[in-house]
Amino acid sequence: MALVRIPPQLRKLTGGAREITVAGATIGEVIDALEKEHPGIRDRVLEDDELRPGLAVAVDSVIATRGLLQPVGEQSEVTFVPAVSGG
Amino acid sequence: MTTTKEQPKQYRVIGTRPIRHDGVDKVTGRAIYGADFKIAGALHGKVVRSPHAHARIKSIDPSRALELPGVKAVITSADMPRPKAKMVDLGEGPMNALHLRNNLIAEGKALYRGHAVAAVAAVDAHVAEEAARLIKVEYEPLEPAIDVRAAMEPSAPLLHDDLFTDDLGETAKKPSNVAKHVCFEKGDVEKGFGAADRIFEGEFNAVMVHQGYIEPHNATALWNADGHLTIWCSTQGAFTVREQVAEVVGLAVSRVKVVPLEIGGGFGGKIPIYLEPVAALLSRKTGRPVKMTMDRAEVFEGTGPTPGSSIRVKIGATKDGRFVVASADMAYEAGAFPGSPFVCGMLTVFAPYDIENIHIDGYDVVVNKPKTAAYRAPCATNAAMASETLIDEIAEWAGLDPLDIRTKNAAREGTRRADGLVFPRIGFEETVEAARRSEHAATRLEGPYRGRGVASGYWFNCGLKSSVTVTVNSDGTVNLVEGSTDIGGTRASLAMQLAEVIGVDAEDVRPQVVDTDSVGYNDVTGGSRVTFASGLAVIEAGKETKKKMAERAAMLWKASPDDVEVEGSTYRLRDGSKSIEFKELAGKLGKTGGPVVAQGSVNADPSVGGGFGTHMVDLEVDPETGKVTILRYTAVQDAGKAIHPAYVEGQIQGGVTQGIGWAINEEYRWSAEGRMTNASFLDYRMPTSLDLPMIDAIIVEVPNPGHPFGVRGVGEVPIVPPPAAIANAIYRAIGVRLRDLPMNPARVLRAVLTAAGTPPEDE
Amino acid sequence: MKVHVRATINGEPVEFLCEPRPSLLEALRDELGLTGSKEGCNNGNCGACNVILDGRLVNSCIVLAPEIDGAAVTTVEGIAPAGGLHTIQQRFLEHAALQCGVCTPGFIVAAKALLDEKPRPTEADARLYLAGNLCRCTGYDKIIRAVLDSTNGNAEETA
Repeated sequence: MALVRIPPQLRKLTGGAREITVAGATIGEVIDALEKEHPGIRDRVLEDDELRPGLAVAVDSVIATRGLLQPVGEQSEVTFVPAVSGG
Repeated sequence: MTTTKEQPKQYRVIGTRPIRHDGVDKVTGRAIYGADFKIAGALHGKVVRSPHAHARIKSIDPSRALELPGVKAVITSADMPRPKAKMVDLGEGPMNALHLRNNLIAEGKALYRGHAVAAVAAVDAHVAEEAARLIKVEYEPLEPAIDVRAAMEPSAPLLHDDLFTDDLGETAKKPSNVAKHVCFEKGDVEKGFGAADRIFEGEFNAVMVHQGYIEPHNATALWNADGHLTIWCSTQGAFTVREQVAEVVGLAVSRVKVVPLEIGGGFGGKIPIYLEPVAALLSRKTGRPVKMTMDRAEVFEGTGPTPGSSIRVKIGATKDGRFVVASADMAYEAGAFPGSPFVCGMLTVFAPYDIENIHIDGYDVVVNKPKTAAYRAPCATNAAMASETLIDEIAEWAGLDPLDIRTKNAAREGTRRADGLVFPRIGFEETVEAARRSEHAATRLEGPYRGRGVASGYWFNCGLKSSVTVTVNSDGTVNLVEGSTDIGGTRASLAMQLAEVIGVDAEDVRPQVVDTDSVGYNDVTGGSRVTFASGLAVIEAGKETKKKMAERAAMLWKASPDDVEVEGSTYRLRDGSKSIEFKELAGKLGKTGGPVVAQGSVNADPSVGGGFGTHMVDLEVDPETGKVTILRYTAVQDAGKAIHPAYVEGQIQGGVTQGIGWAINEEYRWSAEGRMTNASFLDYRMPTSLDLPMIDAIIVEVPNPGHPFGVRGVGEVPIVPPPAAIANAIYRAIGVRLRDLPMNPARVLRAVLTAAGTPPEDE
Repeated sequence: MKVHVRATINGEPVEFLCEPRPSLLEALRDELGLTGSKEGCNNGNCGACNVILDGRLVNSCIVLAPEIDGAAVTTVEGIAPAGGLHTIQQRFLEHAALQCGVCTPGFIVAAKALLDEKPRPTEADARLYLAGNLCRCTGYDKIIRAVLDSTNGNAEETA
């Protein structure tokens, strides 16, 4: 089961829960599982079946480069973070 | 000076200081920059810009311009295809395609002074300039939104009536100038503030500053009759130009070829497109190549400076100087269209410290100023000015040395950041320690109106995509074909990594930056990524080259490739019976199957390899004029592994200098109507050689676990600490804490006079 | 009406016709193909277009092209000896005194003018003399070191 850290802006949907444990072998499956438990989350983080522009996701503090296909381990920690570039 | 932590590996090429491959062309004037490019039959284009910060465009009449002999075409927004208003990521972070297009030529409303409203092509630059003056544009001026906090109020004049605040996928019901809100939370700030012995807080304002590259923007475009568009320009990202131009002119990316010429500085400001699609559309209309260059005032008023900001920070500490809680409310100016790098300010504001409870709100706010762009660690310098000066106050209150309080609270491997990620191996503590042991720290500063200040800063390297190709020449040299435009010596830093991998000298590698048709995709030269991420692609290609060369050696010896071992440039059979050097083997490729070509491409992990810096400055304040003179400056930085230490020092010294300029002089000065009143290098005062001492750069090397040689990005960190370090030093010199940038003579003199009990009546 | 201009540029006699209004910088770049001199500001503030005009260091963007009639002009293209480099150029390379390189031609020409006037400048001399040349990349540290390490001749070694 992966531990998902819920961003403050989505905690209304999780009844205030900051961390939620769900099953899923990829980021896509983790988001599906979250959506099942807390309807509405998917629309907040996805757009056209991809991560929303400007949003990235990290698995065990490594930014995913494969989007929804990124593998998630049994004990992984999943964190939604803003995507950044630089000057 | 280089301090190496942990067991250093032995390298042949890495860590040496060879002469850069493009050096001779650049010291003799032969290097071809964007404006130096010539093509037969070219017309010259000129942009007509709005004199108002916010105005409805009622009409545009080009008739008088078109009557001028030598004028070939005029375009307005009507000539530019209109994409759907959708978010696209074209290599520069997400943006609304319609906003991208409307920033190039205004549609309906001009949203800042300098906003392009039309463009003209003529036989030469002088005729084009005259024609631009003859294009009659009728405006209805509107009230501008200039101040970032005022622009957030519901009563502020709206720039876009279709802009609704985005709150992680939730959209507000009413239009607003606040484009986006992002929030980070860690621990429990309420509990944290309750546990603090004292809370330190302040509001810190910074005004827009410009990257100040010496080469103005330029572009030459040829829209051929076969539907292929070629653009020659100086840019930080040829592929980004390709993607963006294709989007706004409505071509497939394969129809657009971008040829990057030498680039005269960028610092983030040469990532966005400005002239490229305008020149392209003028070329389509005239059937001829069109060349456009900006003058300096256009660069200031019509291209992206970096955001000004209003930042409110609170830090709670215990009596022993431990930070237990911190919060920040950070509003950054996006300029006329959404999309400032404000999140980077949020990610860096408390990054050097291990603080249990953190809450950060950040806002991207549109105002009637040029659309902002990245500038060297964008938004992080504004943020560090706030947090690093409050930390100095805490150190003083707790009776701790400014370096000691940083060590006490330092983030380390395993520290959880405000955004929830956990730091891998980082070298912050090591930079503080090196500063403590520096000659500078060992020297006392004496004399009235003098002070020493310390500050630290953080920046990540953003990873992203890079591709390179390596070919082996028959004389034993190799060609390195890359697509990362070289702003400050990356041909050298990439060639050196390849040389290290395949065991040749740096001079035996011939690096070349090529056009978008000639190499795989490369993201921008920015985000401190090239030596790190393109370096990873180079290492991959180098390993592939070695593997193929080993196969050729095996073929010569009628052996299995598995029996060949490679050490440096020597290929030998494991039993020691045969060996051959890379150079000799290269001469035998024709007879062993033909050329050896290898490729490398990566999408590099951006979550490793961030870098920290700790700076120390001595300065003197002239109590008569308020002028600040920098007496001594030492900048320590963790480079992971310095590939070419001289260019790492150069990055540090250059970043520090930009930071000093930002701290004490540089600013966009605005009139009440939103006009920049200092749009020249005379009035926008960047540091000169006379303003500075030598800048001591101390390189600390704590290897990046995400790169085989340990490289960390180095370009951006050094601009982050200077304003805070200087503010802290000014406090030591005159006893007043300054919170607004720039700390120019007027502000410093006001502080001196106020402290003396004789405040001036008006600034 | 076009003006007939005769001058000596980098030791070579040159003749050209030009309108009265182009700057020397435009004439060099557009008429004579000498694009080593760069435009950074076009109003005399940045030094990227520095040339030596009859022994004086000038910003070529604020000299009118017809003004050089009868004069001798040295541009960055005229600094190096045939087949080699001037010491200043060699020292710039050795000290890594350039990053993007767009200000470099102006600095090389200005440093040449400085060393013509004062073969052994102090750091203060160099910082004052070069204050008219803006560099945004290097922080000047390595440029000043390169200039102080230069002598006013040809590089003993050529690149």
